[in-house]
Amino acid sequence: MVERRPILSLVSHLILIIGVLVVAFPVYITFVASTQTSEQIVQQVPMSILPGDNMIETYRIALFGGETSYGSKVAPVSRMLWVSFVSAMVIALGKIAISLLSAFAFVYFRFPFRSLCFWMVFITLMLPVEVRIGPTYEVVSNLGMLNSYAGLTVPLIASATATFLFRQFFLTIPDELIEAARMDGAGPMRFFKDILMPLSLTSIAALFVIQFIYGWNQYLWPLLVTTEAGMYPIVMGINQMFTGGDAANEWNVIMATAILAMIPPALVVLLMQKWFVKGLVDTEK
Amino acid sequence: MAAVQLKNVIKRYGHGKTANQVIHGVNVDIADGEFIVIVGPSGCGKSTLLRMVAGLEEISGGDISIGGRVVNKLEPAERDIAMVFQNYALYPHMSVFDNMAYGLKIAKVPMDEIRSRVDKAAKILELGPYLARKPRELSGGQRQRVAMGRAIVRQPQVFLFDEPLSNLDAKLRAQTRLEIQKLHRELGITSLFVTHDQVEAMTLAQRMIVMNAGVMEQFGTPEEVYTRPATTFVASFIGSPPMNLLWDAPKGRPNTIVGIRPEHLDITETGWGLLVEAVEMLGAERLVYGRWSHGTGREIVIIRTSEADAVPALGSTIHVTPRPDKLHAFDAATGKRM
Repeated sequence: MVERRPILSLVSHLILIIGVLVVAFPVYITFVASTQTSEQIVQQVPMSILPGDNMIETYRIALFGGETSYGSKVAPVSRMLWVSFVSAMVIALGKIAISLLSAFAFVYFRFPFRSLCFWMVFITLMLPVEVRIGPTYEVVSNLGMLNSYAGLTVPLIASATATFLFRQFFLTIPDELIEAARMDGAGPMRFFKDILMPLSLTSIAALFVIQFIYGWNQYLWPLLVTTEAGMYPIVMGINQMFTGGDAANEWNVIMATAILAMIPPALVVLLMQKWFVKGLVDTEK
Repeated sequence: MAAVQLKNVIKRYGHGKTANQVIHGVNVDIADGEFIVIVGPSGCGKSTLLRMVAGLEEISGGDISIGGRVVNKLEPAERDIAMVFQNYALYPHMSVFDNMAYGLKIAKVPMDEIRSRVDKAAKILELGPYLARKPRELSGGQRQRVAMGRAIVRQPQVFLFDEPLSNLDAKLRAQTRLEIQKLHRELGITSLFVTHDQVEAMTLAQRMIVMNAGVMEQFGTPEEVYTRPATTFVASFIGSPPMNLLWDAPKGRPNTIVGIRPEHLDITETGWGLLVEAVEMLGAERLVYGRWSHGTGREIVIIRTSEADAVPALGSTIHVTPRPDKLHAFDAATGKRM
């Protein structure tokens, strides 16, 4: 807004600050809990909102596993982080590779039933994993892909959203550019590699962020296809830590795991955002 | 360098009864090294014709040959041609150097050779200082020169230009027109240049093709086209203001349209009576718009007079006499020159 109204900007800032507090406070509490011992958390009511001194010990147990002061065993989170990272990467990169190629086919090639194919892809938007979970599980288990990275990622890779996004982007590229490439003797794949890919870099970056987080946050699907602790992704691993029944929950370790689960997606957003803005603003590469 | 022949070239969209024919059999023989301009109003098929030569549109009928070789079925890159596009079509993510070198890289020309060719083209076009820049950091005129550079480095047999000057401002357009002429003199490469601008056509062309509604109306030197237009369309399209085409000229023959250019009508003491409707001052010359004082009085006649002549008063009647050797006659039914 061009106008300067002190009261208006004060109010809007106030609302924004409250919003930030609402979002940030639970994260802060999670962090504080992860720096205390589980006795401190249970005994002090209400819990202290100042960080405790048990941080290193808690994170060591969370990352590498071991025995807590209560004597219960904790599975190492580092393995879960790795599983989550690999599957999120495979899902994000796989989605980008497949949808780039399929959008390329839909926009630049004339083949029989092209629009039928496109609409079939488009309709899968209405069929997320949750809807087709039964048959998909059947297929994955028959193929022997349970408890494997393939089982965790392949059913989630095909993406109508990304295909659609790239298709819309390709449609904005002027025909003259394609014709110029043809005059220069570039074949279809050469055109794809030399011209389309570099021009789509910013879209690819944006999609990577979205799809990485999508892959990282998968919960329901890993719950079905993994039965071995070694293949648990972290989001699911948190849930497995709740012992239930009479046994006490290791709250400090659970909270440390939650913090660890938050860090990679946050990093991806922060780093890619920087790159994203650079791609848009910077004129020189 | 090569001669280009178009033999009964036809373009049709669609099939069978719904087919829409947009080019109706064009026959042209272009000599090696000639500069040909294809001119016509928008939608006349001039760009389609050029794109067929380029290989970007399929040829529905007839033959196009370049250097004696029929190229109907060849890919654009195999035709040994280069094209300059209206919006330049530079690759936005590549530097000026890479833009010019891209085609050569694909053709697997050795890097030394690419460098020397690009440097040479950059020298001719005065692009030397900009080789490392991206297209978006260049002005319109510079981008246009890069597009030409991309065509030059390929050392093609034929240059194709698709309205390359239409995105430039008037001053730059005149300057680039001269540059293109100079380039053609130096390189002597057969060129086809599409434009809708008759000034560009007249100044650049060695011979020009005038197109209308998919038909080639005339093929000749600018002088021929101006002094002996083959049809009423050519007469009214070339020249600004256009030739007066008179249906009820005094002493006209039946079924004949009489044509006379505005500069070939002299204001005289006696002659054809004309009611003055408007006078436009254009600097060195003046345009007088009048209506016949005989007949239906609907036909408007334009006269070009020099600034030295007296200004006729609006609403007054003047008399004009055509120069007899400058009169043109066209068949009223076909529009063809008689």
